[in-house]
Amino acid sequence: MTQLPNSLRTQPDERGHFGQFGGRYVAETLMPLILDLEREYRTAQADPAFKAEFDYLLKHYVGRPSPLWFAERLTNDLGGAKIYLKREDLNHTGAHKINNCIGQILLAKRMGKTKIIAETGAGQHGVATATVAALFGLPCTIFMGAVDVARQQPNVFRMKLLGAEVVAVESGAKTLKDAMNEALRHWVANVHDTFYIIGTVAGPHPYPELVRDFQSVIGNEAREQILQAEGRLPDMLIAPVGGGSNAIGLFHPFLDDEGVEIVGVEAAGEGLDKRHAASLAGGRPGILHGNKTYLLQDEDGQITEAHSISAGLDYPGIGPEHSWLHEIGRVRYEPVTDDEALASFQKLTKLEGIIPALESAHAIAAAERIAPTLGKDKVIIVNCSGRGDKDIFTVAEALGVTL
Amino acid sequence: MTRFASAFGKGRAALVAFITGGDGDTAANLDALVAGGADVIELGMPFTDPMADGPAIQAANLRSLAKRTSTADLFAIAAAFRGRHPDVPLVLMGYANPMTVRGSDWFAAECAKAGVDGIICVDIPFEEDAELGPALRGAGVDLIRLATPTTDAARLPDVLNGAGGFLYYVSVAGITGLQQAAQASIEDAVARLKAATDLPVAVGFGVRTPQQAADIAKVADGVVVGSAFIDIIAQHGDAAAPHVEAFTRSLADAIHGAKEIAA
Repeated sequence: MTQLPNSLRTQPDERGHFGQFGGRYVAETLMPLILDLEREYRTAQADPAFKAEFDYLLKHYVGRPSPLWFAERLTNDLGGAKIYLKREDLNHTGAHKINNCIGQILLAKRMGKTKIIAETGAGQHGVATATVAALFGLPCTIFMGAVDVARQQPNVFRMKLLGAEVVAVESGAKTLKDAMNEALRHWVANVHDTFYIIGTVAGPHPYPELVRDFQSVIGNEAREQILQAEGRLPDMLIAPVGGGSNAIGLFHPFLDDEGVEIVGVEAAGEGLDKRHAASLAGGRPGILHGNKTYLLQDEDGQITEAHSISAGLDYPGIGPEHSWLHEIGRVRYEPVTDDEALASFQKLTKLEGIIPALESAHAIAAAERIAPTLGKDKVIIVNCSGRGDKDIFTVAEALGVTL
Repeated sequence: MTRFASAFGKGRAALVAFITGGDGDTAANLDALVAGGADVIELGMPFTDPMADGPAIQAANLRSLAKRTSTADLFAIAAAFRGRHPDVPLVLMGYANPMTVRGSDWFAAECAKAGVDGIICVDIPFEEDAELGPALRGAGVDLIRLATPTTDAARLPDVLNGAGGFLYYVSVAGITGLQQAAQASIEDAVARLKAATDLPVAVGFGVRTPQQAADIAKVADGVVVGSAFIDIIAQHGDAAAPHVEAFTRSLADAIHGAKEIAA
């Protein structure tokens, strides 16, 4: 594969900007800490011992590399391109989230921070954070919207079993963005001893960069695995995008490979003309949670509520690098509705014996749409970013089944 | 002389009073602040996601937005205030997204038109100054910067570069309306800041009583009080103005007399 003369893999710039997106839009109180974090990350990047410890934990604790599975029955059913699934659902704790948490807790340790906080929506990032906090013996507080606490009781209990304190956030709409607000409020008052493990490629620089780097293990492995399986790079990558950490993790190692088409899948909820969570399709650039990016907002810049059946995609923003990749046209972003995702959730389960997370089901739905339009000689890698056990209650309710 | 210069140039500390626009009867409350003796007014622009604010101001933002307060409403409130009170400095305080959503030039021009003297934007540190600073300075509107306990000597010159109006010292690493900093730490910080700038230094976050305000007024050029006013408005709703005025007077008396007592 030829490399583009100007690499797309060198972002962000030294000020944390991806084109016009990203940056460090935080209160003055936090700025010195953000700068510390960036300095510490630079020294960690240059330290072979840091990488060795990260790799060791990913291999022996997370269970990496995750398999690249040729989904033969799904491929035959669709009658087009060959579909491979990157099995992030097989990681410890059941999703890609743990990759990033391992990296960030190692940074926390380097920085001498003794307390861990995180925000969570459905609870997946909260569980992953509580898991690494347990492993490293650090006290951990998870901020979760009160509405999410009520509808995600199994994950709340998991976090508590892992020793985390779960704070039900009563402000705003009591969902993910309010949990992030509350985590930022707590952090600003406790910056001296507390590390904030942000769960996605958003927030102030350097978070979007470092989360991407930790998640890039997904794409790096997939690249090696597809070369082994097919002897060539894939024709297309597909991944679901909420904040977009699993997607950027898969995409980033392929950005300079011109022959690889890249598709990100946004949650279109009930439809783009109704309630949805598609920040690129239905939003505009703005500033929230420390970075400039596409946001769902009204004409006065007030943030509007997102909706998706998948709690992990239910956020009114998107990582700034995705906004940039969207604007330069390197990645195409497509919407998938709740209903389409539900149908794909069931289809993959029946055809492959893999229950995908509802987030991942959005990517499967896009693959179902695209694969039949491509020849049988084409190859698609779909990121199966998480397992769907956590979603069975939501799916049962949507299908009218009482458990 | 600018309105800020005269408000801070009376030989005594100034009371800087904050309320959230559109929460309660804002025009009446603003008049009550002035009648009670406030020297500088900060009018909060409501935002859905007030990340630096404690529970009191969060709730005020939500009450205001529930009444569908728009940015146009805020500028109308500001312009009307300027008409009634030609000499009292008026600051808009809020978050980056509502200020920049129509472009910073639009926002700066609206501020100038409405007679707004200065802007405090919580989530634009000097590193992202290009987002708002040049437009405001071009329109003759002061950009009021925040310094905090974490602003070290290396950062301070950059914080002050491009700053106008006054310097707002956030005395605690935290959110609005909760704990107050120790008096000794405030005194050290104000001395450090005043050595670095000719701008007046106003101190805020966690100041709720006349006694606290008087202590700070002995060393600072101004004392910022916000959440305590918000609590009064939350309690009394549209009939809060007399209560706001009485509380303002108690603070103003304490602040304005503090330096004489100290001397």
